[in-house]
Amino acid sequence: MASMRDIKRRKGSIQSTQQITKAMKLVSTVKLQRAKQNAEKSGDYFRCMFETVNSILQKTKNLDHKYLRSGASGKKAVIVITSNRGLAGGYNSNVIKLITKGELAEEELAIYAVGKKGKEALQRRYEIKADYSDVIEEPVYADAMVIGRDVLEAFEKGEISEIYLAYTGFKNTVVHIPTLLKLLPVEVSEEEMENGGSAEGADKALMNFEPEDEEALNLLIPKYITSLIYGGMIEAVASENGARMQAMDSATSNAEEMIDKLTLLYNRARQGSITQELTEIIAGANAIS
Amino acid sequence: MADNNLFSLKIITPDRVFYEGSVSMVEFNTTEGEIGIYKKHVPTTVIVNPGILTITEEEGVREAALHAGFAEILQDEVVILAEIVEWPEEIDISRAQAAKERAEERLRSKTPETDILRAETALQRALARIHVIK
Repeated sequence: MASMRDIKRRKGSIQSTQQITKAMKLVSTVKLQRAKQNAEKSGDYFRCMFETVNSILQKTKNLDHKYLRSGASGKKAVIVITSNRGLAGGYNSNVIKLITKGELAEEELAIYAVGKKGKEALQRRYEIKADYSDVIEEPVYADAMVIGRDVLEAFEKGEISEIYLAYTGFKNTVVHIPTLLKLLPVEVSEEEMENGGSAEGADKALMNFEPEDEEALNLLIPKYITSLIYGGMIEAVASENGARMQAMDSATSNAEEMIDKLTLLYNRARQGSITQELTEIIAGANAIS
Repeated sequence: MADNNLFSLKIITPDRVFYEGSVSMVEFNTTEGEIGIYKKHVPTTVIVNPGILTITEEEGVREAALHAGFAEILQDEVVILAEIVEWPEEIDISRAQAAKERAEERLRSKTPETDILRAETALQRALARIHVIK
């Protein structure tokens, strides 16, 4: 059996760890609230954006447009949104797994990293084209505009033919879904088309575009991409804090459990040593008399 | 009746709902030129150019600087998805002045590398900001 002093020291160290995990949990709970509010506030914007782009694409199904066909080069760009800090459970590794275990071939990927953790994990195997890790601390729309401009520039130059966005979708506080989303070329699935068509078909059928469709697409698609990137970042921040909150919650309760066990051991050891001392005293007294 | 001339206007940015209410007219600048919208406009989608946004409410007129985005116009509803839009009290006048001078300088000393389109948009933005404050 370990000595009383060892057990006590061990207990002390677990207790201080528990204090840290508890504090981290509280911090991420507060941050999560804020991130959730942000995500809700911007929800309207993305819904409208999505609907409008969809309705244009519906109208112009057969249009041959530079953003709607994939370029000649085989390179695929992936914008990977992870966090700058660890201790968030499987949050970062789940996003990274999307890329390493996905169907995308290793040599044709170009990574645009948002978040240090993702960059560190991917830089050994993949080409890192750019690093925007600072923005994930507090994403603002202007940051998304910068990233969007950079990827679109590369796309227009023909350096890359497809653009993906890898992020963690925020469904609710406990459910986060790692998602790989294709940004360009824009593809609207049949299902979404039907949904969009039936819900607002009558209303939107007469919609005019000024300027004409093709020019409107030129201007709208960059905005669409930017807003998707921004939405991805906002959701990723919410997910990160949710994941960290969960991880720290279970760490705190694990520490609690260990402390309970050690307290029991400590009491047992103390009792043992008292009994031993008593036996020794009695034996000594007997020997004298 | 005055009520009949009102339609609902909603201005949304990525961060917040900038404006929501019933108005009788809204004016702003688009890629095709400045437009003013009354109720029962033909359904149209337009792209916003930097300029002044004028909202005519029943109680009076409000102005703001609208810089980028697009607008969806329906018969009795207008939704503006704005990337950047500011009320006068949110604008930093000295920064706008500096931006105006910078853009003018760039347009004057044209070198082959000058991105004229970008300088012009910057100038338009700065002018809109300054105008709204005055």
